[in-house]
Amino acid sequence: MQITVNVNGEQRTHDVEPRTLLVYFVREHLGLTGTNVGCDTSSCGACTLHVDGESVKSCTMLAVQADGCTVTTIEGLAPSVDDMHPMQKAFQQEHGLQCGYCTPGMVMAAVSLLDENPDPTEREVRLGLEGNLCRCTGYHNIVKAVLACARGEVGETPVSVSGAAS
Amino acid sequence: MIPAAFDYQRADSADEAIALLTEHGDEAKLLAGGHSLLPLMKLRLAAPSVLIDVGRLDDLRYVRDAGDHVAIGALSRHRDLETSELLAAEVPLLAHAAGEVGDPQVRHRGTIGGSLAHADPASDLPAVLLALGGTLVAKGPAGERTIAATDFYEGFLESTLEPDELLTEIRFPKTGAAGWSFQKFNRRAQDWAIVGVAAVVSDTVTGVGLVNMGSTPLLASGVAEALAEGADAAAAAERATEGTEPQSDINASVEYREHLARVLVRRALVEAGR
Repeated sequence: MQITVNVNGEQRTHDVEPRTLLVYFVREHLGLTGTNVGCDTSSCGACTLHVDGESVKSCTMLAVQADGCTVTTIEGLAPSVDDMHPMQKAFQQEHGLQCGYCTPGMVMAAVSLLDENPDPTEREVRLGLEGNLCRCTGYHNIVKAVLACARGEVGETPVSVSGAAS
Repeated sequence: MIPAAFDYQRADSADEAIALLTEHGDEAKLLAGGHSLLPLMKLRLAAPSVLIDVGRLDDLRYVRDAGDHVAIGALSRHRDLETSELLAAEVPLLAHAAGEVGDPQVRHRGTIGGSLAHADPASDLPAVLLALGGTLVAKGPAGERTIAATDFYEGFLESTLEPDELLTEIRFPKTGAAGWSFQKFNRRAQDWAIVGVAAVVSDTVTGVGLVNMGSTPLLASGVAEALAEGADAAAAAERATEGTEPQSDINASVEYREHLARVLVRRALVEAGR
């Protein structure tokens, strides 16, 4: 079946089998591998992206269901590594990641969370991220990052990998 | 995990969906948000040969004041219910429970009609439907009919919807100032309830629904009976397991589920002001 999906601002038309899951459409048909597959059972949230502006687990949605929709993946969040989204900067600033596997999904869920609730309490952030699992961080710095982003407390200078300001 | 191959048909109206159901019969399944059906298909526990996508029937996505009840279109998503001011004022138990389903991503896609029709005893909303004494509206080739909540669940993942019927609307009586509570016990925030309780209690209405205490969503009729006889919360909660048939699984033994049911019913009744 032919579908047309607006992905990160570009109209993409592809032939897909109806059983193709959205996450595999994005990863394998479009080559956008920033969206990870984790549990593949709609538990872990690693595959979170936005469909029509709302966070969705793309392992539990068919690509044909996204026909005509607008999809934003982690690649669409920021134009380049030098010009990251404030949420990405916040994750870097607050050390909201370790291995990084959950991070794209976590960032996409967090952006959707702030769209719906721009000034959340810490508890609301924790509840709002209940659909995303992180096995490294214990969530503490992730929550700090989301709160920092919400409060506009994200510095302009990116932090280098070694932790020193570049 | 990839589902078995199927034919995909998109319905642009309720009537078209019913015509497609009539044409394909038992081989077809309706796809709404897909958050119950697609996981089963990925595990190959379900392999329908035709999927009829009703997810775009936006005329069945509404929450409306209908006098003594609130009418909800079957394609309304959990997020719609969770954020509905009308529901928060008139049927707060439902608004709250909808916000406890899965996680935000699931609530963005999952629909009330899909959740109720899937008839999973571990789901939250069927127990809420029972507790509130809601009514379901189903449309088939011969027209519409209404089904009382107590007549809707027949067996595990089995409702009394006919294979050619589409659930179109669910009606919930306004509970106004009645006390209510939703208790969900699970190990991780996003999980299904190991046991859950939905309760609404006032002088005129009493309903206590149980999640995951049998092969279907259940009403705790012994609890309601005890309350009608004037029992307090603790005494009524002792009757929580009457008529239940909980299963043992990786999360809980039968005995533990029964214990949870009594504890959670008591907590729910206390929170509901009994």
